Amino acid sequence: MTAPAFEPVIIGFTCNWCSYRAADLAGTARIEYPPNVRLIRVMCSGRVDPAFVLKALADGADGVLIAGCHPGECHYLEQNYKALRRHRLLLRTLAQLGIEAERVRLAWASAAEGARFAEEVRDMVALLRALGPLRWPARPIPAAHAQATTPTQAAVTEVTT
Amino acid sequence: MKPRFAMYWAASCGGCEIAVLNIDERVLALDAAFDIAFWPAAMDAKYRDVEALEDGAIWVTLFNGGIRTDENEHMAHLLRRKSRLLVAFGSCANEGCIPGLANLSTRADLLRAAYDGPGSEHPGPARPQTAWDAAEGTLTLPALQPVLRTLDQVVEVDYHVPGCPPESHQIAAVLDLLIAVARGESEAPPKGAVLGAGASTVCDECPRSRDVKRIRALARIQQLPPLDANLCLLEQGLMCAGPATRGGCDARCPRVGAPCIGCYGAAPDVLDQGARLMSAIASVVDADDAEHIDRVLDGLPDPAGTFYRFGLARSLLRAHRAALAAEE
Ligand code: SF4
Ligand code: SF4
Ligand code: FES
Repeated sequence: MTAPAFEPVIIGFTCNWCSYRAADLAGTARIEYPPNVRLIRVMCSGRVDPAFVLKALADGADGVLIAGCHPGECHYLEQNYKALRRHRLLLRTLAQLGIEAERVRLAWASAAEGARFAEEVRDMVALLRALGPLRWPARPIPAAHAQATTPTQAAVTEVTT
Repeated sequence: MKPRFAMYWAASCGGCEIAVLNIDERVLALDAAFDIAFWPAAMDAKYRDVEALEDGAIWVTLFNGGIRTDENEHMAHLLRRKSRLLVAFGSCANEGCIPGLANLSTRADLLRAAYDGPGSEHPGPARPQTAWDAAEGTLTLPALQPVLRTLDQVVEVDYHVPGCPPESHQIAAVLDLLIAVARGESEAPPKGAVLGAGASTVCDECPRSRDVKRIRALARIQQLPPLDANLCLLEQGLMCAGPATRGGCDARCPRVGAPCIGCYGAAPDVLDQGARLMSAIASVVDADDAEHIDRVLDGLPDPAGTFYRFGLARSLLRAHRAALAAEE
């Protein structure tokens, strides 16, 4: 028996105004694309904090897709340019941690571009299948945090001069 | 009998120990309030003295340093067992600090650099052995672990005191608090509390003004013309970790013209110090196409080492993939 082919898990952050609708359109238009991506709708690609991406990778995703409106078309004016700058910076940092650039993709898709969105997903899935799983080792859960009901930062003793 | 106090160093530079001694005559209050049971940097004591104590016999241990060797780990467990309160003291114990930057390399690469590199005087290939049979008997060395872990990734921690090293006035305030708690004059802070630090960011303590200006280039301080004394350093093109870093030092570095490098660790609402810094940089860079952005980012040659200079070991990803793989 051969082992089942590796199927990557991709977390997809899609913006409410364009790419989420593109994904929706791909569905209603019955454009087929692999079911590997779990979509999370955010208001704008500029809302995707690099910590979201790192958390997805640390917690088991093989890749992260961030999709927003085309340059110039962001509903919050310039936030997708910020997403682009974060993405360029994130890729450089991730490379130093041994994470390939193919694993974190930034794509643009307007609400009318269901086919384009599907193509981005197909392409990314193919690349990740070839790369193989990321399988980031689980974080040791800080013993104190595992017990505390309130987050550590809630209990700050401030000392002022 | 006075309650017992201990201070121990694991993978650290020794600066935290100096910082405690550096609070001048106030250190005498420590000696007056506690029986110093174990403090290798300040007085002679053996591990077996600690082992001989009953569990919980030490009232408080200040533990500085990360967990990098089997000995570090053994001492973390031993001191946890023997202490009522275990305090992660300083950046190494809390988030890995500079020793945690070694998590960007595999153990094999670290040993190669140390033993085959230009600094090594050994004639042939050599690696430390955990056991060696000599005429006098077997000599042992603790094993180097695949990655550095923070103290709370290994044992339960009661309190956290950040800083590299913690500031003198903060150390004095923390010791005063501990003494008052030991004497029953003050209530113990809730478990997991961060002591001796601010509740916001270094930026909030920084007197420099921010104009929300965009920057065209990032550079190192020696590459820039003389800096404006009143303007935010980040807005002058210097990478400053103030926006992601916990306050408590009163913005010591930016006050004197040096960027914050992040030594107080992640600010209270920050999940990952490096991620927050990436966000901060992305917000100020004045470039909108990939090529131009890349040119600006070239001014920051070591992003992982810069964003995670202190926080790598406790960050979301913790280490290079190959180093973590060796841990499994
Ligand atoms: S970024 Fe640095 S220089 Fe600017 S306000 Fe914050 S701490 Fe001060
Ligand atoms: S300004 Fe930053 S690097 Fe300097 S002491 Fe404060 S936290 Fe540490
Ligand atoms: S609203 Fe779609 S990217 Fe900003």
